[in-house]
Amino acid sequence: MLKLENISKNFGEFSLKNVNLEVAKGEYFVLLGASGAGKSIVLEVIAGLMNADSGKIFLNEQEISNFKIQQRKVGLVFQDYAIFPHKSVFQNIAYSLNKLPNTEKNEIVHSLASDMNILHLLNRKADTLSGGEKQRVAIARTLARKPDILLLDEPLSALDAQLKSELRKLLRRINKQGQTILHVTHDYDEAIALADKIAIMQKGTIVQNGEIKEVFQNPRSHFVANFIGINNYYEAEICKIKKRGIKIAKINDKISFRLETDEKEGTKGKVFVKTESVFVFKEHVESSARNNFSGKIIDILPVKSGIELWIDIGVKISALITLETLEKFGFTENEMVWISFKATSVQFVSNDEA
Amino acid sequence: MNRFFELSLIFFSGLVLLFIIAPLLGMVIEVSAPDLFQAAIDSEVQDSIAITLLTAFGGTLFFSIAAIPFAYVLAKKSFPFKNFINGIIDIPIVIPHTAAGIAILTVISRNSVLGKVSQNLGFEIIGTPVAISIAMAFVSIPFVINSARDGFAAVPQRLEKAALNLGASPMRVFFTISVPLARKSIITGLVMMFARGMSEFGAVVIVAYHPMIAPVLIYERFGSYGLKYALPVSVLFISISLFFFILLRIFSRKN
Repeated sequence: MLKLENISKNFGEFSLKNVNLEVAKGEYFVLLGASGAGKSIVLEVIAGLMNADSGKIFLNEQEISNFKIQQRKVGLVFQDYAIFPHKSVFQNIAYSLNKLPNTEKNEIVHSLASDMNILHLLNRKADTLSGGEKQRVAIARTLARKPDILLLDEPLSALDAQLKSELRKLLRRINKQGQTILHVTHDYDEAIALADKIAIMQKGTIVQNGEIKEVFQNPRSHFVANFIGINNYYEAEICKIKKRGIKIAKINDKISFRLETDEKEGTKGKVFVKTESVFVFKEHVESSARNNFSGKIIDILPVKSGIELWIDIGVKISALITLETLEKFGFTENEMVWISFKATSVQFVSNDEA
Repeated sequence: MNRFFELSLIFFSGLVLLFIIAPLLGMVIEVSAPDLFQAAIDSEVQDSIAITLLTAFGGTLFFSIAAIPFAYVLAKKSFPFKNFINGIIDIPIVIPHTAAGIAILTVISRNSVLGKVSQNLGFEIIGTPVAISIAMAFVSIPFVINSARDGFAAVPQRLEKAALNLGASPMRVFFTISVPLARKSIITGLVMMFARGMSEFGAVVIVAYHPMIAPVLIYERFGSYGLKYALPVSVLFISISLFFFILLRIFSRKN
């Protein structure tokens, strides 16, 4: 459906470098990255608002790199909606339908407005609408042209929590009706909630892409890991093959993690452990977990999902516990504790894959 | 100290206002009602005011057809020598208007290309309302270009790009997005162009003494008969000019 091949664009201080992307028909694709990563520029290049210095864009197998904006069948919903302030809601939605007879135009506008739940706003002047209403009008207006792909630039960023959840439902419904969507955001909750596939963008390049589960479970770089909330992330080398298929990932001379992997000895890569897989004990406890370390609590941080205990075991590692657990065990800073996690909780991604 | 400063501000503001209003007021006081009535029913005066309004209006309409798209180009496109071209636009404002009249004469005189073409087509430009319109437009066109250019520049490019993204041609974007959103500045520019053209004397008197526009008639009455005869026509013309000016200002505000 949509394919970007080695898109590059130089702005001097910032540049897009060899962006490759493929969105299949009917897919909900999320392009995730911090602000300033170049996500919006990718959308503008696809829509033809600016031209890339090099690279090709294909839509339905046809190269559209040199097509004019109005010839590309891509619908872009701008971050600030770009509603025409001098026109009514009806006129905004009907803007691309000017060649249709009035009855047909009316029908399409009413059906879209009904889908978007904005039927009651059709006669309103666009500059009197709230942010959430403008957003719906902008989406309806873009869909009226029946674009092959819908490009959404941070569509939820300016909305409050209630509206966000409503709009997410709406976007999912539009996608289920067969509309291919490429959605740009800095919010990974949004990506998890909506995406079939994601690509992660950093400083003008795509650092990883794939099925959402695959990307979030196998982050290939520190940036991706951090971005999706994995703290325990280390460079490592697969070292000794131990009995029963247990290998170790050597992080430094003192610290190695036991893990399950098919990687050969000497393979270099990244190893990570999710914070919720790390258990903390006041003293050493015998268990089936193969990774047991003692260390000092160096920080106690309240986070959205609970409390993060940062422990120095030779490398810094964090464990996610609940507030209840913290109060029950009374962990304090500088206290010596034991941590453990299973070999199966340790994941390794070789550098070759990255 | 503050009080002194405020009083000074009021004093100077009042002084400037008085400077503008006093001559006009003095002129109105000088004129007797019967003289004013006499001027109003004088067919020569009526004709001159009519031709002034018509030529100014015609010139504004005709030349703005090209001036507005030109202003759009200046606001939205980048090209070499743009600053230089922006400077050229203001030339008619800064040169003496009699000199402007001479300059126009060289373009429309019987020996010029334009003059010859019109003669071959069987009509004359010099000494006609067409020449008057051209002279008026020459000195007043910067107002509409500058105002419309600022108006177009203030239209967010995103809105124009959004319209293109919705499949509109650049021409449709111009007429449905850019012009409507810049209309306030465009109308203000048109009003200023009309008002400035209507009051032009220097350039017009060079290219067409006859048919006589009101400023030329006032000058002639003053030169031939003296102040007493120029006053009623002046008062009448100023009143009518102000009437149209205020009317158009109200109209543009409503828009």
